[in-house]
Amino acid sequence: MFSELSLVVHLLVIITIYGILAIALNLIMGVTGLFNIGHAAFYGIGAYTSALLAKAGVPWFYAMLVGVFLAGFIAFVIGIPTLRLVGDYLAVVTLGLGEIARAVFKNWLSLTRGPMGLPGIPHASLLGVKFDTAEKFLLLGAISLLLVYIIAERLLHSPFGRVLKGIREDEAAVQALGKSTYRFKMWALVIGSGMAGLAGSLFAHYITFIDPSSFVMWLTFFIFLIIMLGGPGNNLGAIVATVVFVSLREGLRFVSLPEWLNPAALQQLLFGVLLIIVTIFMPRGLIPEHKITYRGHPGHAEN
Amino acid sequence: MLRIDKLTKDFGGLRAVNDCSFEVPEGMIFGLIGPNGSGKTTVFNLITGFLLPTSGRVSYRDQELTGLPPYMIAQHGIARTFQLVRVFRRMTVMENLLIAPQHQAGENLLLGMLQVPRVRRQEREAIKRAMKLLAVMGMEGLTDEYCGNLSYAEQKMVELARALMTDPDLVLLDEPTSGINPSLINQILDYIRKLRDEQGKTFLVVEHDMRVIMNLCDRIAVLNYGEKIAEGTPDEVSNAPEVIDAYLGV
Repeated sequence: MFSELSLVVHLLVIITIYGILAIALNLIMGVTGLFNIGHAAFYGIGAYTSALLAKAGVPWFYAMLVGVFLAGFIAFVIGIPTLRLVGDYLAVVTLGLGEIARAVFKNWLSLTRGPMGLPGIPHASLLGVKFDTAEKFLLLGAISLLLVYIIAERLLHSPFGRVLKGIREDEAAVQALGKSTYRFKMWALVIGSGMAGLAGSLFAHYITFIDPSSFVMWLTFFIFLIIMLGGPGNNLGAIVATVVFVSLREGLRFVSLPEWLNPAALQQLLFGVLLIIVTIFMPRGLIPEHKITYRGHPGHAEN
Repeated sequence: MLRIDKLTKDFGGLRAVNDCSFEVPEGMIFGLIGPNGSGKTTVFNLITGFLLPTSGRVSYRDQELTGLPPYMIAQHGIARTFQLVRVFRRMTVMENLLIAPQHQAGENLLLGMLQVPRVRRQEREAIKRAMKLLAVMGMEGLTDEYCGNLSYAEQKMVELARALMTDPDLVLLDEPTSGINPSLINQILDYIRKLRDEQGKTFLVVEHDMRVIMNLCDRIAVLNYGEKIAEGTPDEVSNAPEVIDAYLGV
């Protein structure tokens, strides 16, 4: 049994990992408006790649990097045909990718051991520090989350991020301003998926065991719910909502339920209803998208 | 400057634009008029690459535009507005304008994230230009307002300002004054003339309001059922019997 303190630490570690997933999907969906249903697949690709390489003796940092790049590369390959088109082709293809990835994790027995999962994944270590307890790993998770948050924020507040928001609002109008929206959409998808790959690597080397059940589409919807609640386009909102939902989800495990009630089904039902309520009554989320203001900017004052 | 050559567009069995040719000379305000459904907006979409012509060609400064995607056509220095206003609603007025300038260093991922001095300098310049444009439209006080919260007329002006922020040589305006209050219309028309006179910009304007078109345009082409039925100065066009028949002599 966990002691109470280590339970809290474990919860915080999971929050850092899901926080990265949320910021990543926020970049793709909340900021750029791309409907990506395959987020869990990129998370899984990062996890399996990193775990398999580390088990083969590659140091964690490099195994993680390969996982990040592979997730980003697969996003790139998927983006080539789908991002040229206007409409929800990306949604259909990423839906397919999610299922393909799950099938590969489950059925490529010689590589992934399928449903039996991959045990004995080495703990993450970096610069001589071995992150072999939850407390130590929390440091690694927090640093990673902070890094991802800073990158996402810098991006959002740059002229590059402005174009991403424009694509979400009206892609054709952005094209009429002389911008190749394809290039911008591709970067958003690749960076967001690479971040999901990082989260996957962290997860694999924290739990030290992975199996296909951690990378199912339900996870994508869970992260989607987090973004909707937090406020699409707001990275801080994504983190706050991650804290709320991960705590709620883990907390539900400790509620004693009547025998006929399946806890997993209850959780899905509850979150489904929540998603509907949030979408209808709080479409901009807990913390609406940050408004970038220019009053007081040097260029503004000179007139 | 802009040459439309035997342009034809079919939508299934409907011929929206039929063998239409005209040329817009540099430095001119050229009007495109015609009854509802006569194909004016379709011509705009064919010029700007939002539609591909069934046959015919569009060229600009002796360069072929036919078949190019919209963003490449815009990069030639051709800006447009849309008939039904298309502003970025969940972005502020200033953001709408700042997205438009061409060759922004900050649109490079790394340069943008690092906010190198060149990015900050360009940003400052763009804000100054945007403020000047907003002053013309009497909207300096609305820089930090979400466009979705503005009135239709204000959105329309943001869209015009956004098109001008690309620093185009040719501007295509699709009903620029519809829904805008009359006192402001004159202000905008004066500004368009000023841009033509002082900066040599060329305009192609679709407009319904006959007073606006007659008083603004140097030359007018009239479309009816996708065919050009007349072309000339405002006086010539308004006296042409086929035009009176199709359009003016309601």
